[in-house]
Amino acid sequence: MTEVSVDPARSGPARSILVQDARTKRRNAAERRFRAYGLAAIGIAMAALILLLTSVLAAGLSAYKQTYLQLEVNLPAAKLDPKGNRDPAEMSKVFTLAYAPLLQQALAAKLDALGVTTTLSAKDMGDLISKEAPATLRNQVLADPSLIGSPHVIDVLASGRIDGFFKGRVTMESAALDANTSPEALRVAQALKDAGVMVTRLNWAFLTAPDASDQRPEAAGLGVAILGSLYMMIVVLVMALPLGVAAAIYLEEFAPKNRFTDVIEVNISNLAAVPSIVFGILGLAIFINFMGLRQSSPLVGGLVLTLMTLPTIIISTRAALKSVPPSIRDAALGVGASKMQSVFHHVLPLAAPGILTGTIIGLAQALGETAPLLLIGMVAFVRDYPSAFSSSTGLFGDPSTALPVQVYNWTQRADPAFVERASGAIIALLVFLLTMNAVAIILRRRFERRW
Amino acid sequence: MLDMHLTERDIHMTDTKISARNCQVYYGDTHAIRDVNVDIADKTVTAFIGPSGCGKSTFLRCLNRMNDTIEGCRVEGRIAMDGEDIYDAKVDPVQLRAKVGMVFQKPNPFPKSIYENVAYGPRIHGMARSRADLDEIVETSLRRAALWNEAKDRLDQPGTGLSGGQQQRLCIARAVATAPEVLLMDEPCSALDPIATAQVEELIDELRQSFSVVIVTHSMQQAARVSQKTAFFHLGQLVEFGETGKIFTNPADPRTESYISGRIG
Repeated sequence: MTEVSVDPARSGPARSILVQDARTKRRNAAERRFRAYGLAAIGIAMAALILLLTSVLAAGLSAYKQTYLQLEVNLPAAKLDPKGNRDPAEMSKVFTLAYAPLLQQALAAKLDALGVTTTLSAKDMGDLISKEAPATLRNQVLADPSLIGSPHVIDVLASGRIDGFFKGRVTMESAALDANTSPEALRVAQALKDAGVMVTRLNWAFLTAPDASDQRPEAAGLGVAILGSLYMMIVVLVMALPLGVAAAIYLEEFAPKNRFTDVIEVNISNLAAVPSIVFGILGLAIFINFMGLRQSSPLVGGLVLTLMTLPTIIISTRAALKSVPPSIRDAALGVGASKMQSVFHHVLPLAAPGILTGTIIGLAQALGETAPLLLIGMVAFVRDYPSAFSSSTGLFGDPSTALPVQVYNWTQRADPAFVERASGAIIALLVFLLTMNAVAIILRRRFERRW
Repeated sequence: MLDMHLTERDIHMTDTKISARNCQVYYGDTHAIRDVNVDIADKTVTAFIGPSGCGKSTFLRCLNRMNDTIEGCRVEGRIAMDGEDIYDAKVDPVQLRAKVGMVFQKPNPFPKSIYENVAYGPRIHGMARSRADLDEIVETSLRRAALWNEAKDRLDQPGTGLSGGQQQRLCIARAVATAPEVLLMDEPCSALDPIATAQVEELIDELRQSFSVVIVTHSMQQAARVSQKTAFFHLGQLVEFGETGKIFTNPADPRTESYISGRIG
């Protein structure tokens, strides 16, 4: 007989369920600690997100507003159309230089009419007006020669410093140290504003206008960059979706499982982890140097981003195919469907929401990608809107730039007004990304509801 | 065993539909099925019974070459349907599966409408010339699966919205729609409640009029209720094969008797 020892802690009337023992207390404490850590982690993440969004919004939202002067401009035929036949081809021989004095005169006349006196020289007064404004006026006149001969009220872009003054970026103190403006100019601007000549209003041109040079931040827009990004997304979608889905279906459903396909699988996963700049070098070497495609073109950019997006699409498609229950495949094979019929009639439709989500996430990644585009020359300064097709450059062959590259570009510029522009471009990029994700969610819901 | 209700059945000695000779199945290096010889008669219900992992489902899946889809599975020996070797290199398994239908353990309707579930097989095999033809096939198949009355008003509703028993009958209708000659059923009632089970069993008995049915079951009572012939598998071997009444009342092999009386398995 062995001695039976009874641990008093383990038995007896002392063990009431109304009293927590030490072990339970420790376990509960551990659980509470873990929850606190989790909450803290989420709190830090949310705080970072809010900080990011508020700083970007605070810096960038003002880019969507712009200050204009509403001036009555005389358009004398003698200067703008010396031949007098209103022929745009003839009129285009009059350069932008001839238009600038017209605006300055209009401004001076306006100040006289308002009774604002100033010590500003004529040149300094001209600095109230954007250097871009004469070119805009010239384009307006060339597009509609009937404007010539009579005075017209025209919206004239104010210069970046004046715009910055109304947005709080430029102050009297900073203007005193600034070669491009002066406290007196700001005082005049304030007087014009009070008279209602100068207005700050919504600026659609920020989304449609092309980029502008260092001296004219007030005129810089995202038009070319948005168009370039759009073309690249089309290339990526057309190339990466069919290639990626086909590769994934083959690998997942048809390929024999052997060492060779294992190697391919591992390599596709590795491809997803390759730094994006490497794809840029690859694109430079293959698409531009070897295949002779055009530098800075959305076609090359799209192809490079396709290479980057392929692994994402392949991996997410394979995951979506894997998640379709094997019983569906059995059912299809059991009624005499061929392997391909079972995949295309049954498995693929069920995997479609997952494939769609993966594709859109891949596209969103590609939309935000900068590094490889720098290497293939998309960082260029482009003023002309790229066309989707032209006979000289082919499909998507016109030089263009892209949204994230435009952000990068603007952050390199000296004028502080470009900080606002860059933040505004980031907002546009974020809106596009959020829209794409929303589309992914909506399409996913719709697909799922069908079953 | 006395409480097991065994009815006297009229067993017509009919032609052999499928015959297996020296059938061996390997999964990689594992020898899963050894030396199975079995003759499955036409217009008869044949039940495969045996403990879990004895190879009865594996053997069933050999009969319509569903094992082809499993990596590393190898079948040796000769399995012939109407005298033709189904593992012949010239045989297209897709064509074979149209003739040998299958119903699975878990009801697995396609996530489509009831109509589409049944119409899918006839459609891919080109059995219907017109929409009216297809409608007729769908109706006949659903009637034969005893589902028509419940489903006729909701043919465009998803098949996955039916109850478990209805889903399994839908799967039977789907298998019947391609006009198979043999119907394989892999534990068709294991996921169903007793009432649904009774309905499916009744159905099996009716389907026997048209073709030969092979059913794998865990339940000996079910084998006794629905089948005319029973094969007892144990550890990958066919231990005994004969008329159901004889297997359950007077088995020749002691292992069969042990299993039936609950001593093994």
